[in-house]
Amino acid sequence: MTLLSLQGVAVSLGGEPVLEDVALRVAPGEFVSVLGPSGAGKSTIFRLLTGSLKPDRGAIMVSGAPLDPASHGFAFMPQQDALMPWRRILDNLTLGLEVQGMSRKAARARVTPHLSEFGLNGFEQHYPAQLSGGMRQRAALLRTVVQNRPMQLLDEPFGALDALTRMQMQAWFETRWRVARWTTLLITHDVREAVALSDRIYVLSRRPARVIAEVAVPLPRPRSGRPLTAAAHALEAQLLGILLTQTEEPS
Amino acid sequence: MQRPVPRRIGGGLSTGVPAVLSVAAAVALWEVYVRLSGISHLVLPAPSRVIEQIFLNRALLWDNTLPTVVATLSGFALSVCVAFAFSVLLDFMPRLRRALFPIFVVSQTLPLVAIAPLVVLWFGFDLTPKVLLVALVTFFPMLVALVDGYDSTDPEITALLRSMGASKVTVFRCARLPSAMPYYFAGLRIAITYAVVAAIFAEYVGARAGLGIVILNAKNSFRPDLVLAAVVISSTLTLVLFAVTALLQRVMLRWRTYGDER
Repeated sequence: MTLLSLQGVAVSLGGEPVLEDVALRVAPGEFVSVLGPSGAGKSTIFRLLTGSLKPDRGAIMVSGAPLDPASHGFAFMPQQDALMPWRRILDNLTLGLEVQGMSRKAARARVTPHLSEFGLNGFEQHYPAQLSGGMRQRAALLRTVVQNRPMQLLDEPFGALDALTRMQMQAWFETRWRVARWTTLLITHDVREAVALSDRIYVLSRRPARVIAEVAVPLPRPRSGRPLTAAAHALEAQLLGILLTQTEEPS
Repeated sequence: MQRPVPRRIGGGLSTGVPAVLSVAAAVALWEVYVRLSGISHLVLPAPSRVIEQIFLNRALLWDNTLPTVVATLSGFALSVCVAFAFSVLLDFMPRLRRALFPIFVVSQTLPLVAIAPLVVLWFGFDLTPKVLLVALVTFFPMLVALVDGYDSTDPEITALLRSMGASKVTVFRCARLPSAMPYYFAGLRIAITYAVVAAIFAEYVGARAGLGIVILNAKNSFRPDLVLAAVVISSTLTLVLFAVTALLQRVMLRWRTYGDER
Protein backbone atom coordinates (compact mmCIF):
# COMPACT_ATOMS: atom_id res chain seq x y z
CA MET A 1 0.00 0.00 0.00
CA THR A 2 1.44 3.34 -1.05
CA LEU A 3 0.13 6.73 0.01
CA LEU A 4 2.36 8.83 -2.20
CA SER A 5 4.48 7.87 -5.15
CA LEU A 6 6.59 9.86 -7.60
CA GLN A 7 7.71 8.17 -10.80
CA GLY A 8 10.26 9.63 -13.20
CA VAL A 9 9.42 13.20 -12.20
CA ALA A 10 11.36 15.90 -14.07
CA VAL A 11 11.09 19.68 -13.74
CA SER A 12 12.88 22.59 -15.35
CA LEU A 13 12.81 26.07 -13.88
CA GLY A 14 13.62 28.89 -16.27
CA GLY A 15 15.07 26.47 -18.81
CA GLU A 16 17.41 24.90 -16.29
CA PRO A 17 16.67 21.28 -15.33
CA VAL A 18 16.20 21.02 -11.56
CA LEU A 19 14.78 17.52 -11.14
CA GLU A 20 15.90 14.97 -13.71
CA ASP A 21 14.44 11.68 -12.58
CA VAL A 22 12.92 11.52 -9.12
CA ALA A 23 11.13 8.40 -7.98
CA LEU A 24 10.04 7.75 -4.43
CA ARG A 25 7.16 6.32 -2.46
CA VAL A 26 5.76 6.74 1.03
CA ALA A 27 3.59 4.16 2.78
CA PRO A 28 0.92 5.12 5.35
CA GLY A 29 2.42 5.68 8.79
CA GLU A 30 5.90 5.80 7.36
CA PHE A 31 8.53 8.47 8.01
CA VAL A 32 10.52 9.09 4.85
CA SER A 33 13.30 11.61 4.37
CA VAL A 34 14.70 13.17 1.24
CA LEU A 35 18.34 13.97 1.81
CA GLY A 36 20.30 16.04 -0.64
CA PRO A 37 23.08 18.58 -0.99
CA SER A 38 22.11 22.26 -0.76
CA GLY A 39 20.46 23.51 -3.90
CA ALA A 40 19.64 20.02 -5.14
CA GLY A 41 16.01 20.94 -5.69
CA LYS A 42 14.59 19.50 -2.48
CA SER A 43 12.16 22.35 -2.01
CA THR A 44 11.09 21.98 -5.64
CA ILE A 45 9.67 18.57 -4.71
CA PHE A 46 7.49 20.26 -2.09
CA ARG A 47 6.37 22.88 -4.57
CA LEU A 48 5.24 20.01 -6.81
CA LEU A 49 3.35 18.36 -3.98
CA THR A 50 1.62 21.54 -2.79
CA GLY A 51 0.55 22.19 -6.35
CA SER A 52 2.38 25.47 -6.95
CA LEU A 53 4.44 23.77 -9.67
CA LYS A 54 3.66 21.17 -12.35
CA PRO A 55 6.13 18.46 -13.42
CA ASP A 56 7.34 18.46 -17.04
CA ARG A 57 7.45 14.67 -17.07
CA GLY A 58 6.55 11.84 -14.75
CA ALA A 59 3.64 11.02 -12.50
CA ILE A 60 2.72 11.96 -8.95
CA MET A 61 0.16 9.60 -7.46
CA VAL A 62 -1.71 9.95 -4.18
CA SER A 63 -3.40 6.76 -2.96
CA GLY A 64 -3.26 5.44 -6.51
CA ALA A 65 -4.84 8.50 -8.17
CA PRO A 66 -3.02 11.37 -9.88
CA LEU A 67 -2.18 14.24 -7.51
CA ASP A 68 -4.97 16.77 -7.29
CA PRO A 69 -3.65 19.81 -5.40
CA ALA A 70 -7.21 20.97 -4.84
CA SER A 71 -7.85 17.96 -2.60
CA HIS A 72 -5.15 19.22 -0.21
CA GLY A 73 -3.90 15.86 0.89
CA PHE A 74 -0.84 17.37 2.52
CA ALA A 75 -0.18 19.60 5.49
CA PHE A 76 2.89 21.69 4.84
CA MET A 77 5.39 23.05 7.34
CA PRO A 78 7.81 25.56 5.78
CA GLN A 79 11.44 26.15 6.73
CA GLN A 80 10.75 29.18 8.85
CA ASP A 81 7.92 28.82 11.34
CA ALA A 82 5.86 31.28 9.23
CA LEU A 83 3.74 32.18 12.25
CA MET A 84 1.80 35.37 11.63
CA PRO A 85 3.22 37.96 14.02
CA TRP A 86 -0.13 39.75 14.28
CA ARG A 87 -2.07 36.66 15.34
CA ARG A 88 -1.94 35.26 18.84
CA ILE A 89 -0.60 31.70 19.11
CA LEU A 90 -4.08 30.18 19.36
CA ASP A 91 -5.21 32.06 16.24
CA ASN A 92 -2.08 30.92 14.42
CA LEU A 93 -2.81 27.32 15.36
CA THR A 94 -6.34 27.46 13.99
CA LEU A 95 -5.28 29.10 10.72
CA GLY A 96 -5.36 25.96 8.57
CA LEU A 97 -8.73 24.91 9.91
CA GLU A 98 -10.20 28.37 9.40
CA VAL A 99 -8.93 28.50 5.82
CA GLN A 100 -10.72 25.18 5.27
CA GLY A 101 -13.91 26.89 6.37
CA MET A 102 -14.20 25.70 9.96
CA SER A 103 -15.67 28.23 12.37
CA ARG A 104 -13.23 29.87 14.75
CA LYS A 105 -14.97 28.30 17.71
CA ALA A 106 -14.85 24.77 16.32
CA ALA A 107 -11.24 25.24 15.27
CA ARG A 108 -10.28 26.33 18.77
CA ALA A 109 -12.05 23.35 20.27
CA ARG A 110 -10.03 21.11 17.97
CA VAL A 111 -6.69 22.73 18.82
CA THR A 112 -7.01 23.26 22.56
CA PRO A 113 -6.69 19.60 23.68
CA HIS A 114 -3.27 19.38 21.98
CA LEU A 115 -1.75 22.44 23.63
CA SER A 116 -0.19 20.63 26.56
CA GLU A 117 1.41 17.81 24.56
CA PHE A 118 3.04 20.50 22.40
CA GLY A 119 4.20 22.42 25.47
CA LEU A 120 2.14 25.46 24.62
CA ASN A 121 -0.23 25.49 27.56
CA GLY A 122 -0.63 28.99 28.94
CA PHE A 123 0.83 30.58 25.83
CA GLU A 124 -2.33 30.61 23.70
CA GLN A 125 -2.80 34.34 24.13
CA HIS A 126 0.84 35.26 23.50
CA TYR A 127 2.11 36.68 20.26
CA PRO A 128 4.73 34.63 18.36
CA ALA A 129 7.45 37.21 19.08
CA GLN A 130 7.04 36.46 22.79
CA LEU A 131 7.98 32.79 22.40
CA SER A 132 11.36 31.09 22.09
CA GLY A 133 12.47 29.56 18.80
CA GLY A 134 11.69 26.03 19.98
CA MET A 135 8.20 26.95 21.12
CA ARG A 136 7.48 28.70 17.86
CA GLN A 137 8.58 25.60 15.98
CA ARG A 138 6.32 23.43 18.11
CA ALA A 139 3.47 25.83 17.42
CA ALA A 140 4.19 25.63 13.68
CA LEU A 141 4.14 21.85 13.93
CA LEU A 142 0.87 21.80 15.84
CA ARG A 143 -0.62 24.14 13.24
CA THR A 144 0.45 21.52 10.66
CA VAL A 145 -0.82 18.38 12.38
CA VAL A 146 -4.24 19.70 13.48
CA GLN A 147 -5.17 20.04 9.84
CA ASN A 148 -5.61 16.27 9.95
CA ARG A 149 -4.33 15.67 6.47
CA PRO A 150 -3.26 12.18 5.38
CA MET A 151 0.34 13.32 5.18
CA GLN A 152 2.78 15.92 6.58
CA LEU A 153 5.38 17.65 4.45
CA LEU A 154 8.22 19.07 6.55
CA ASP A 155 10.73 21.34 4.81
CA GLU A 156 13.83 21.44 7.03
CA PRO A 157 11.61 22.21 10.01
CA PHE A 158 14.43 22.43 12.53
CA GLY A 159 16.96 24.13 10.26
CA ALA A 160 16.44 27.59 11.73
CA LEU A 161 17.03 26.48 15.32
CA ASP A 162 20.28 26.53 17.29
CA ALA A 163 22.03 23.16 17.66
CA LEU A 164 20.87 22.41 21.20
CA THR A 165 17.24 23.38 20.59
CA ARG A 166 17.29 21.37 17.39
CA MET A 167 18.37 18.21 19.23
CA GLN A 168 15.69 18.74 21.86
CA MET A 169 13.08 19.31 19.18
CA GLN A 170 14.11 16.18 17.28
CA ALA A 171 13.85 14.08 20.43
CA TRP A 172 10.51 15.62 21.28
CA PHE A 173 9.28 15.18 17.73
CA GLU A 174 10.27 11.51 17.65
CA THR A 175 8.32 10.91 20.87
CA ARG A 176 5.24 12.61 19.41
CA TRP A 177 5.63 10.78 16.13
CA ARG A 178 5.82 7.37 17.83
CA VAL A 179 2.43 8.04 19.36
CA ALA A 180 0.67 9.65 16.41
CA ARG A 181 2.39 7.90 13.50
CA TRP A 182 1.84 10.76 11.08
CA THR A 183 2.79 9.79 7.55
CA THR A 184 5.66 12.18 6.99
CA LEU A 185 7.92 13.30 4.21
CA LEU A 186 10.88 15.27 5.58
CA ILE A 187 13.28 17.27 3.46
CA THR A 188 16.67 17.93 4.99
CA HIS A 189 20.38 18.22 4.30
CA ASP A 190 21.20 17.11 7.85
CA VAL A 191 22.37 13.48 7.80
CA ARG A 192 22.04 13.05 11.55
CA GLU A 193 18.48 14.37 11.54
CA ALA A 194 17.52 12.02 8.71
CA VAL A 195 19.00 8.99 10.49
CA ALA A 196 17.44 9.95 13.82
CA LEU A 197 13.91 10.29 12.49
CA SER A 198 13.38 8.25 9.31
CA ASP A 199 12.25 4.75 8.39
CA ARG A 200 13.71 5.20 4.93
CA ILE A 201 15.93 7.81 3.31
CA TYR A 202 16.19 8.84 -0.33
CA VAL A 203 19.43 10.52 -1.34
CA LEU A 204 19.32 13.05 -4.16
CA SER A 205 22.17 13.85 -6.49
CA ARG A 206 23.42 17.31 -7.21
CA ARG A 207 21.27 19.35 -9.60
CA PRO A 208 19.65 18.19 -11.83
CA ALA A 209 18.50 15.83 -9.13
CA ARG A 210 18.09 12.09 -9.43
CA VAL A 211 17.54 9.62 -6.63
CA ILE A 212 20.95 7.99 -6.27
CA ALA A 213 20.31 5.87 -3.20
CA GLU A 214 17.48 4.51 -1.10
CA VAL A 215 18.55 3.54 2.38
CA ALA A 216 16.40 1.79 4.97
CA VAL A 217 16.96 2.75 8.60
CA PRO A 218 16.20 -0.37 10.66
CA LEU A 219 17.40 1.14 13.95
CA PRO A 220 15.18 0.59 17.03
CA ARG A 221 13.25 3.57 18.42
CA PRO A 222 13.46 5.80 20.32
CA ARG A 223 16.72 6.91 18.83
CA SER A 224 17.01 10.48 20.06
CA GLY A 225 18.26 11.49 23.45
CA ARG A 226 20.65 8.55 23.87
CA PRO A 227 24.20 7.87 22.70
CA LEU A 228 24.54 7.09 19.03
CA THR A 229 24.78 3.35 18.38
CA ALA A 230 27.48 1.84 16.21
CA ALA A 231 24.85 0.95 13.61
CA ALA A 232 23.65 4.56 13.48
CA HIS A 233 27.24 5.72 13.11
CA ALA A 234 27.79 3.34 10.22
CA LEU A 235 24.61 4.56 8.50
CA GLU A 236 25.58 8.19 8.92
CA ALA A 237 29.02 7.47 7.49
CA GLN A 238 27.48 5.64 4.54
CA LEU A 239 25.05 8.49 3.77
CA LEU A 240 27.72 11.13 4.22
CA GLY A 241 29.94 9.19 1.83
CA ILE A 242 27.22 9.21 -0.82
CA LEU A 243 26.49 12.92 -0.29
CA LEU A 244 30.14 13.93 -0.46
CA THR A 245 30.50 12.43 -3.93
CA GLN A 246 27.81 14.90 -4.94
CA THR A 247 29.19 18.09 -3.49
CA GLU A 248 32.56 18.05 -5.26
CA GLU A 249 32.81 19.87 -8.55
CA PRO A 250 33.37 17.47 -11.44
CA SER A 251 36.98 17.67 -12.64
CA MET B 1 11.38 31.39 27.70
CA GLN B 2 9.03 34.31 27.60
CA ARG B 3 10.25 37.45 25.95
CA PRO B 4 9.95 40.45 28.20
CA VAL B 5 7.46 43.19 28.27
CA PRO B 6 6.06 45.72 25.91
CA ARG B 7 8.68 48.35 25.26
CA ARG B 8 6.83 51.30 23.90
CA ILE B 9 4.23 51.72 26.61
CA GLY B 10 4.73 54.53 29.13
CA GLY B 11 7.51 56.09 27.08
CA GLY B 12 5.18 58.79 25.73
CA LEU B 13 5.31 61.34 28.52
CA SER B 14 8.99 61.25 29.39
CA THR B 15 10.09 61.40 25.75
CA GLY B 16 7.88 64.48 25.27
CA VAL B 17 9.78 66.53 27.84
CA PRO B 18 12.77 67.59 25.67
CA ALA B 19 10.41 68.60 22.85
CA VAL B 20 8.32 70.79 25.15
CA LEU B 21 11.46 72.36 26.61
CA SER B 22 12.99 73.23 23.23
CA VAL B 23 9.76 74.77 21.95
CA ALA B 24 9.36 76.75 25.18
CA ALA B 25 12.95 78.00 24.87
CA ALA B 26 12.41 79.17 21.29
CA VAL B 27 9.21 81.01 22.24
CA ALA B 28 10.94 82.63 25.23
CA LEU B 29 13.81 83.80 23.03
CA TRP B 30 11.35 85.29 20.56
CA GLU B 31 9.49 87.11 23.36
CA VAL B 32 12.73 88.51 24.81
CA TYR B 33 13.91 89.69 21.39
CA VAL B 34 10.66 91.53 20.65
CA ARG B 35 10.71 93.26 24.04
CA LEU B 36 14.37 94.29 23.96
CA SER B 37 14.45 95.44 20.33
CA GLY B 38 11.18 97.39 20.57
CA ILE B 39 10.17 96.15 17.12
CA SER B 40 6.64 97.11 16.07
CA HIS B 41 3.94 94.48 16.52
CA LEU B 42 2.89 95.28 12.96
CA VAL B 43 6.14 93.65 11.85
CA LEU B 44 6.81 91.00 14.46
CA PRO B 45 4.27 90.48 17.26
CA ALA B 46 5.49 88.90 20.49
CA PRO B 47 4.19 85.44 21.40
CA SER B 48 2.32 86.97 24.32
CA ARG B 49 0.45 89.23 21.90
CA VAL B 50 -0.41 86.28 19.67
CA ILE B 51 -1.85 84.42 22.66
CA GLU B 52 -3.77 87.55 23.64
CA GLN B 53 -5.21 87.81 20.12
CA ILE B 54 -6.32 84.19 20.25
CA PHE B 55 -8.21 84.98 23.43
CA LEU B 56 -9.69 88.26 22.14
CA ASN B 57 -10.75 86.76 18.83
CA ARG B 58 -11.85 83.42 20.19
CA ALA B 59 -15.35 83.62 18.71
CA LEU B 60 -14.03 84.48 15.24
CA LEU B 61 -11.37 81.79 15.42
CA TRP B 62 -13.78 79.15 16.66
CA ASP B 63 -16.32 79.91 13.92
CA ASN B 64 -13.61 79.60 11.30
CA THR B 65 -11.87 76.57 12.75
CA LEU B 66 -14.96 74.42 12.39
CA PRO B 67 -15.17 74.66 8.57
CA THR B 68 -11.46 73.84 8.34
CA VAL B 69 -11.89 70.80 10.58
CA VAL B 70 -14.84 69.62 8.52
CA ALA B 71 -12.94 70.08 5.24
CA THR B 72 -9.85 68.34 6.61
CA LEU B 73 -11.69 65.34 8.01
CA SER B 74 -14.00 64.89 5.01
CA GLY B 75 -11.09 65.16 2.59
CA PHE B 76 -9.03 62.79 4.63
CA ALA B 77 -11.86 60.28 4.94
CA LEU B 78 -12.37 60.38 1.18
CA SER B 79 -8.65 59.96 0.70
CA VAL B 80 -8.47 56.93 3.01
CA CYS B 81 -11.30 55.22 1.15
CA VAL B 82 -9.99 55.99 -2.33
CA ALA B 83 -6.42 55.00 -1.43
CA PHE B 84 -7.61 51.71 0.03
CA ALA B 85 -9.87 50.93 -2.92
CA PHE B 86 -7.12 51.62 -5.43
CA SER B 87 -4.54 49.71 -3.42
CA VAL B 88 -6.72 46.58 -3.45
CA LEU B 89 -7.41 46.99 -7.16
CA LEU B 90 -3.72 47.43 -7.96
CA ASP B 91 -2.77 44.47 -5.78
CA PHE B 92 -5.12 42.12 -7.58
CA MET B 93 -4.30 43.50 -11.03
CA PRO B 94 -0.56 44.07 -11.44
CA ARG B 95 -1.06 45.19 -15.01
CA LEU B 96 -3.38 47.97 -13.90
CA ARG B 97 -0.67 48.99 -11.47
CA ARG B 98 1.77 49.63 -14.29
CA ALA B 99 -0.89 51.60 -16.15
CA LEU B 100 -2.15 53.76 -13.29
CA PHE B 101 0.88 54.39 -11.13
CA PRO B 102 2.40 57.01 -13.48
CA ILE B 103 -0.87 58.95 -13.29
CA PHE B 104 -0.73 58.95 -9.51
CA VAL B 105 2.87 60.12 -9.56
CA VAL B 106 1.98 62.91 -11.97
CA SER B 107 -0.87 63.95 -9.65
CA GLN B 108 1.78 64.61 -7.01
CA THR B 109 3.84 66.83 -9.30
CA LEU B 110 1.01 69.36 -9.77
CA PRO B 111 1.86 72.55 -7.88
CA LEU B 112 -0.91 73.21 -5.37
CA VAL B 113 -0.59 76.97 -6.04
CA ALA B 114 -1.69 76.43 -9.63
CA ILE B 115 -4.20 73.65 -9.17
CA ALA B 116 -6.08 75.02 -6.14
CA PRO B 117 -7.56 78.09 -7.89
CA LEU B 118 -8.65 75.88 -10.77
CA VAL B 119 -10.38 73.40 -8.49
CA VAL B 120 -12.16 76.30 -6.77
CA LEU B 121 -13.10 77.68 -10.18
CA TRP B 122 -14.58 74.33 -11.19
CA PHE B 123 -16.30 73.39 -7.94
CA GLY B 124 -17.20 76.70 -6.29
CA PHE B 125 -16.64 78.15 -2.84
CA ASP B 126 -18.30 75.39 -0.86
CA LEU B 127 -16.93 72.26 0.75
CA THR B 128 -16.28 70.25 -2.44
CA PRO B 129 -13.05 71.87 -3.69
CA LYS B 130 -11.48 71.71 -0.23
CA VAL B 131 -12.36 68.06 0.19
CA LEU B 132 -10.91 67.30 -3.25
CA LEU B 133 -7.69 69.20 -2.61
CA VAL B 134 -7.13 67.56 0.78
CA ALA B 135 -7.73 64.18 -0.83
CA LEU B 136 -5.40 64.95 -3.74
CA VAL B 137 -2.58 65.89 -1.40
CA THR B 138 -2.98 63.08 1.12
CA PHE B 139 -3.96 60.07 -0.93
CA PHE B 140 -0.60 59.34 -2.52
CA PRO B 141 1.47 58.61 0.59
CA MET B 142 -1.25 56.27 1.81
CA LEU B 143 -1.53 54.45 -1.51
CA VAL B 144 2.22 53.95 -1.76
CA ALA B 145 2.37 52.75 1.83
CA LEU B 146 -0.39 50.20 1.23
CA VAL B 147 0.99 48.89 -2.05
CA ASP B 148 4.51 48.55 -0.63
CA GLY B 149 3.05 47.04 2.52
CA TYR B 150 1.24 44.30 0.61
CA ASP B 151 4.51 43.42 -1.12
CA SER B 152 6.28 43.11 2.23
CA THR B 153 4.28 39.95 3.01
CA ASP B 154 6.53 37.06 4.03
CA PRO B 155 6.60 34.67 1.03
CA GLU B 156 6.69 31.68 3.41
CA ILE B 157 3.38 32.78 4.93
CA THR B 158 1.91 33.09 1.45
CA ALA B 159 3.23 29.62 0.50
CA LEU B 160 1.81 28.22 3.71
CA LEU B 161 -1.64 29.68 3.05
CA ARG B 162 -1.61 28.44 -0.54
CA SER B 163 -0.72 24.95 0.70
CA MET B 164 -3.74 25.13 2.98
CA GLY B 165 -5.87 25.76 -0.08
CA ALA B 166 -6.44 29.47 0.52
CA SER B 167 -7.86 31.53 -2.34
CA LYS B 168 -6.26 34.77 -3.51
CA VAL B 169 -8.86 36.71 -1.53
CA THR B 170 -8.10 34.73 1.64
CA VAL B 171 -4.36 35.27 1.18
CA PHE B 172 -5.06 38.98 0.84
CA ARG B 173 -7.31 39.12 3.89
CA CYS B 174 -5.22 36.88 6.16
CA ALA B 175 -1.69 37.82 5.12
CA ARG B 176 -1.25 40.76 2.77
CA LEU B 177 -3.56 43.21 4.50
CA PRO B 178 -2.23 42.67 8.05
CA SER B 179 1.35 42.73 6.71
CA ALA B 180 0.68 46.15 5.21
CA MET B 181 -0.69 47.71 8.39
CA PRO B 182 2.62 48.98 9.86
CA TYR B 183 3.43 50.57 6.49
CA TYR B 184 -0.06 51.97 6.25
CA PHE B 185 0.18 53.74 9.57
CA ALA B 186 3.50 55.27 8.55
CA GLY B 187 1.77 56.63 5.43
CA LEU B 188 -1.21 57.77 7.48
CA ARG B 189 1.00 59.80 9.81
CA ILE B 190 2.71 61.52 6.88
CA ALA B 191 -0.59 62.18 5.12
CA ILE B 192 -2.37 63.66 8.16
CA THR B 193 0.31 66.35 8.51
CA TYR B 194 -0.43 67.51 4.95
CA ALA B 195 -4.18 67.47 5.40
CA VAL B 196 -4.74 70.62 7.50
CA VAL B 197 -2.28 72.64 5.42
CA ALA B 198 -4.04 71.58 2.23
CA ALA B 199 -7.44 72.55 3.62
CA ILE B 200 -6.18 75.97 4.70
CA PHE B 201 -4.57 76.53 1.34
CA ALA B 202 -7.79 75.66 -0.44
CA GLU B 203 -9.65 78.16 1.74
CA TYR B 204 -7.02 80.78 1.14
CA VAL B 205 -7.72 80.55 -2.58
CA GLY B 206 -11.44 80.96 -2.15
CA ALA B 207 -13.95 80.12 0.54
CA ARG B 208 -16.73 81.61 2.62
CA ALA B 209 -15.14 80.78 5.97
CA GLY B 210 -12.23 78.89 7.49
CA LEU B 211 -8.80 79.47 8.99
CA GLY B 212 -7.48 80.18 5.49
CA ILE B 213 -9.93 83.07 5.20
CA VAL B 214 -8.91 84.41 8.63
CA ILE B 215 -5.28 84.34 7.52
CA LEU B 216 -6.10 86.03 4.22
CA ASN B 217 -8.14 88.82 5.85
CA ALA B 218 -5.62 89.36 8.64
CA LYS B 219 -2.80 89.63 6.14
CA ASN B 220 -4.75 92.14 4.04
CA SER B 221 -5.44 94.31 7.08
CA PHE B 222 -1.79 94.19 8.24
CA ARG B 223 -2.42 92.11 11.33
CA PRO B 224 0.50 89.65 11.62
CA ASP B 225 -0.57 88.94 15.19
CA LEU B 226 -3.89 87.58 13.94
CA VAL B 227 -2.18 85.64 11.15
CA LEU B 228 0.00 83.96 13.73
CA ALA B 229 -3.00 83.32 15.98
CA ALA B 230 -4.62 81.38 13.16
CA VAL B 231 -1.33 79.58 12.53
CA VAL B 232 -1.16 78.48 16.16
CA ILE B 233 -4.70 77.08 15.87
CA SER B 234 -3.90 75.21 12.65
CA SER B 235 -0.68 73.74 14.06
CA THR B 236 -2.55 72.60 17.15
CA LEU B 237 -5.13 70.99 14.91
CA THR B 238 -2.45 69.06 13.02
CA LEU B 239 -0.79 67.96 16.26
CA VAL B 240 -4.10 66.70 17.64
CA LEU B 241 -4.84 64.73 14.46
CA PHE B 242 -1.31 63.32 14.49
CA ALA B 243 -1.73 62.23 18.10
CA VAL B 244 -5.04 60.54 17.28
CA THR B 245 -3.32 58.63 14.46
CA ALA B 246 -0.48 57.57 16.73
CA LEU B 247 -2.98 56.42 19.36
CA LEU B 248 -4.93 54.45 16.77
CA GLN B 249 -1.71 52.83 15.61
CA ARG B 250 -0.83 51.80 19.13
CA VAL B 251 -4.22 50.16 19.57
CA MET B 252 -4.37 48.52 16.15
CA LEU B 253 -0.78 47.27 16.08
CA ARG B 254 -0.55 46.10 19.64
CA TRP B 255 1.31 42.96 18.52
CA ARG B 256 4.22 45.13 17.43
CA THR B 257 4.92 46.25 20.98
CA TYR B 258 6.25 42.76 21.66
CA GLY B 259 9.81 42.16 20.45
CA ASP B 260 10.69 42.87 16.85
CA GLU B 261 11.08 39.75 14.80
CA ARG B 262 12.39 39.99 11.27
